[in-house]
Formats: sequence, C-alpha cells, structure tokens
Amino acid sequence: MPRVSPPHGQEPVRGGPGTAKRVYAWFEQRLQLEGPVKDAALHPVPRSTASWWYVFGSAAFTLLLLQIVTGVLLALVYVPSAGEAWSSLNVLNHQIPLGWFLRALHGWGSNFMVAIVLIHMAQVFLFGAYKFPRELTWILGVFLLLMTLGMAFTGQVLRFDQDAYWGLGIGASILSRVPFIGGGLVHLLLGGPIIAGATLSRFFALHVFIIPGALLVFALLHIWMVLKLGINDWPMPGRLVRRATYMEEYNRLAHEDGIPFIPGAFWKDLAFSGAILAAVAVCAYVLGPFGPSGQPDPSIIQTVPKPDFFFLWIYTVLSYLPPEMETPFILIAPLIGIAILLAIPFWAGEGEKSWHRRPVAVLAVSTIAICFAVLTQLGTSTPWSPHMSAWSGDPIPVRYLQTATPLVRQGAVVFQAKQCRNCHSIGGAGGERGPALDDVATRMTLDQMRFKVVSGGGNMPAYGKNLSAAEIEALVSFLETLHPANEPPAYDASRRAVDESRSQPNAGAPPANPAANRGTNP
Amino acid sequence: MSQEEQPLGGGGTQSASAPGSGDAARHDDPRIVSRRWLLFKAAVGLNGLVGIVLAVPVFRYLLAPWRKDSSYDSWVSLGPIDSFPMAETRLAFYKNPSANSWDGQTDNVACYVRHAGGNQFQVFAINCAHLGCPVRWFPQSQLFMCPCHGGVYYADGSRAAGPPERGLFTYNWKVVSGELHIDAGQMPTLSNSAKLVKISLGQGDCSCRA
Repeated sequence: MPRVSPPHGQEPVRGGPGTAKRVYAWFEQRLQLEGPVKDAALHPVPRSTASWWYVFGSAAFTLLLLQIVTGVLLALVYVPSAGEAWSSLNVLNHQIPLGWFLRALHGWGSNFMVAIVLIHMAQVFLFGAYKFPRELTWILGVFLLLMTLGMAFTGQVLRFDQDAYWGLGIGASILSRVPFIGGGLVHLLLGGPIIAGATLSRFFALHVFIIPGALLVFALLHIWMVLKLGINDWPMPGRLVRRATYMEEYNRLAHEDGIPFIPGAFWKDLAFSGAILAAVAVCAYVLGPFGPSGQPDPSIIQTVPKPDFFFLWIYTVLSYLPPEMETPFILIAPLIGIAILLAIPFWAGEGEKSWHRRPVAVLAVSTIAICFAVLTQLGTSTPWSPHMSAWSGDPIPVRYLQTATPLVRQGAVVFQAKQCRNCHSIGGAGGERGPALDDVATRMTLDQMRFKVVSGGGNMPAYGKNLSAAEIEALVSFLETLHPANEPPAYDASRRAVDESRSQPNAGAPPANPAANRGTNP
Repeated sequence: MSQEEQPLGGGGTQSASAPGSGDAARHDDPRIVSRRWLLFKAAVGLNGLVGIVLAVPVFRYLLAPWRKDSSYDSWVSLGPIDSFPMAETRLAFYKNPSANSWDGQTDNVACYVRHAGGNQFQVFAINCAHLGCPVRWFPQSQLFMCPCHGGVYYADGSRAAGPPERGLFTYNWKVVSGELHIDAGQMPTLSNSAKLVKISLGQGDCSCRA
C-alpha cells in the first residue's frame, strides 16, 4: 500500500518534488494502477522478440489512436448530412486553418493503417504466431482486419463525393445479388430506396460509433492477450509447438533468456511508431488530403467512379471475372476467405513455426501479395474501361492520313465519330478495352474486319444497325491502311483468285502466281 | 471476501462449507438453492426479459427501411412528351418520390428517355445493370457505354458487350395529360428490377420495374 503522507520529519517544500510524490500517492491510493502497469511493463519477454520484425502490431495501434484523435478533430467541423457534407469538407480544405492537414492526416493515416495491419498479419502468419496458445489472438486479429477495412470503406463514403456516391451504388449492386433477401439488404444498407440522406447518416454512425467502438474493444483484448500469453518467441527451425509442453518452454525461455518488456523490447516499438507517425505527417503535408472530388449529384453523369486504393483489386476482379462466375464469386469467395483465416490456427495450431520449414505458407503469402499488387496495378490503369472522351479528344496521328484517299479519310472520320476510339487506341492514344488497331490490317482481312464491325462479337458491339453501308465501307477502307510500311495487309487468298480471274480475259483460269496466295493453306 | 459472502452452492457449483457453519451436507446438496442465488438468478431473468421486450422495438426500428418495393415506388412526371423528340434518346431528371429535406442533391435522379416512335417510349435507368455505374449515351454510335467495367448497350437498351448479363433496367411509363410519367422510387438493382427478366445475350428484354 503506498504511503499517503511523507515520513515523519520530512515535510516537503511546497511545490517541490515531495508534493509531486504526494499527489502521485493520492491518485495511486485510489486508482491502484501501479501494480498492473509495472507487471505489464516489466514482464520478461524472450530476448529474441526484441526485434524490428515485431513492431507492426504496436504501429497499427498507434495509427488507430491517430485515427481516433484526427477523426474527433474532423468531427468538430464535418456535417454528416447528405446536403451539407460535401460543402463542409471543402470548408475544411479551404477555409479552416490547417483543416486540409487534419483531413490529410486522417486520410493517409487510414492508408497506412490498412497497410500496416496487412503487413502485421503477414508477419504473424509467417512467424507462426497464430499457433497454440495464441489462436484467439489471431482470430481477434482477423476481425480487427475486417473492421479496419470496414473503417476504410465507410470513411470513403463519409468523403461524400462522386466516388463515394457511385461506390455506394456498386456496394448496393453487389448486395442486391444475394438470393431472396438482396432487395431488403440493399434497403438496409442505404437506409431507404436510394442513396440519400439516410445513407450518409447510417454510414456516419458506422464509421464514428459502431465500428470504432468494436475496433477499440477488440484491439484492447488483442493486446491483453499479447501481454498475458507473451510475445511470440522467435521461430527456430525444428523447435516445434506442442500443446503439452509449449507454455513451460516459453516461460523458461522468457525467464532464463529474457529481458524486461520495457525498455528491452518496447524501445523499437516506440521508435517505429514514431517513424510511422512522421511518415504519415510527411505524406499528409506533401501529398495533401484525398478529395473530395465532384459533388454527390447523381444527375452529373460525366464521372468515372473509382474505389480507393485498397479496394482497387476488387474493382479489377469484377471486370475480369466471367459473367456467370461473378455473383457466386463476390458473394461466396469473401466468406470462404474469412473462414480459412479463422480456421488456420485450428488446422495448424501445433508444429513448425519457422518459415524456413513452411514452404506452403511462404508460397501462399507471396501469391496473395503478388496477386494484390498486380490486380491493384491493373485497377490503377483500368485497361477495361472505355476512355469516354477519346473519340473527341485524341486525334488520329497525321502520318496515318498523309497519303490517304478521300475514302480512307472519311473512314477515319467515322472511326472517331462513332466512338471506336473509346475502346481502340491508335498511335498510343485511346481506350484499351479492345486491341490497339495500329496494325489491325496485318491481323484481319478486309472481309473479316467488315464482318467484325457489322456483327461485333466478344466484347465488341455490333455496329450493323448503327452504321450505313457507306460508313462501313469507308471505315473498313481506313482500317485496311493500318499496317506497318514493311508489312503488307492480310489478304484472303480466295478473294485474290477471284480478283485476278476477273481482271484476266480468260475468266476462271488459275492465278498466274500461286505464291501470291499468302496466308492460306494449299 | 468474508465467509458469509461466499456463494452457497448456487449455479450448480459446489462451494466448500465454512467450518462450524452448520450442516455441511446441506450445503453440498446440489438440489438446494440458496436465497441469494435464487434472487440473483431472478434478477438476471428479469433483465433478460426486459432485454427481449426492448429488443423487439429496436429490431423493428433497425429493419424500418426493409420494405416492399411497392411502398417506395410511385408515379413521377418527367415533363411534357414534347421535350422528347422522336427517335432520340434524351437525359431526363426527376426528384425521387421519397425525398427528405436533408438529401441535398442526392434525390435528383437521372434517367434516359427514348422516344421510339408514335406514342411509344422507353425509359432506361442511368445505372449499369452490372454494378450500377452511370452509363453514358453516345448518339453518334447509338450506344450506351459504362465507364466502370466497359458494359455497352444498344439504343433499345439491350446488351451489346461487356460484363452485364442483361439489358439496361427500364421504368414502367405512361402518358398522362401530355406528360410522361414513370413508376420510380428505388435505385434499380438486380434484386428489384430483374425478377421477371429472361436473361439472354443480345436482346433487350426490359419489361421490368425499376
């Protein structure tokens, strides 16, 4: 029990160190925190855990605290109303001193938090830290990841701009595919029949009260278990985890070759957290806040909605999946993924921890990381999206028209005016939805091109109804000129035979030069 | 904790009886429930009961938006039919019927009206049938194109290319006193607009509600 008053005969000088001690003692007598805090701070941890690999969890928690503080500060100004939110964000950006910086801190803090949580998860997985007795710590971690992603998505919605509006529309469209109850779920998500005031209100409640409350409770439980069960010992190849003996082995490791958590291991956590906060601040200062982009007005349709960075991979997946796979995939794959994550500690709760002897684990993490990187990169460039203004914005390169006949030039006009350019690039400019057409004439004969234009196929619409015969003829004539100078256009052998026989007086005779039947089978 | 405060065999647990406190066998008997544990359980039960009673209105409140489509939809005017020239497709706007004053611009909904000829119209939702992005009309090529994943539709709303598995969502329409009215009120999605649609490629079969 701490002393309330100083020892007899040592009356402290007013305001001196004695007073501080007395004040401390007064609080400590009531709070009684000294014991548990000392226990937590000084508990021995295996020497090997004082590693730079073990700093990501504490950094994630630091970022959570940053998000809470900056979020509260933003909530002092932000108006969670569909009619006012966008304007209040602009006030924050442009009128309130350093409002832009607070928004930038919160936005970059969010990106850093998702990234650090993912890195933390990969590290914990590769170090086998999810094995006995830390299964529940891992499971809470999985939910913490889901909640962090939930915060990222709801935060994007609170930045109530065009991207937020149409992002919600995509979310509602995905939810509507749930069998039987999809319609009701959409109503629940949106708070009504359309994306409107009620939608923003409920996403505000989710982002500010519900998810952060759960996130904080789960994070504290997660840390509690780390303190109680001890930091995962450094995995040594061959040192297997067994339920019967692990606790004893760990305690021996912690006590015989251990150091106090503070300062032995914690200084690296502190240093890294400080560095991460500094990195967030630098990004925020240099790169500024995210948006808001255009007003959330659904009548403004000249928009190209795109999700935030961490959801770009989903955007890519949704464009590359075959249509019949889409609904099963987007409804079932996430559930399977979560189930696998939750099952990992039960499936592999014992055994080898070291990544040196877990090739499948290493391969899994690498594959997921590579897929995420590739899908995200594709989501950044969106080669599947038509370039909506290419037809009027990207000119045909002059070299393609310098020696062109009037018919070919007319074809180029048709090519631009009918929005072919939105999906097909020429000279490096235009959409990438369809193939680039700079050398299309080497790949397709005149008839093939004509057929493709009229009938479409694959991802190409049929233009038969939308183009006159003259327009089709001009367009195909233009396309026929698109080949490198040293490579002749593809030519149908049977056409050549017909053409040549027509030009010869004795019609029906075989062509004079069989070698001219290029590209056909004998 | 004093000996008097120790639980006396409630909740199925067996507590050790204090020495000299009387009949030890009585305390060990699982059939005997002490008064304080009985009261505790009664209090827990009371809270459970109140919790259930309170949960009913809470759930009803939370599920309030979960309503039938018909309760959200109603007929709204898109303006005089003269504003939609023959054989053309025009962007039109309406205010969503269930609007609140704090909706801002979000209840300002757009749609496409195609005057097919005579007194025939087609009214298409702005939302792509794939994932709801706003499609754009290109009168030159007579195509709707979606900026998100590249869905393309013909002028009659039927699917032309890309990931959508069906044509554009359409609204039911009628002409009342020279004005074009549509039955609208919800964001069109596959759950409220696709129920009666036969999915087939290259055909606009859009006799559905949006």
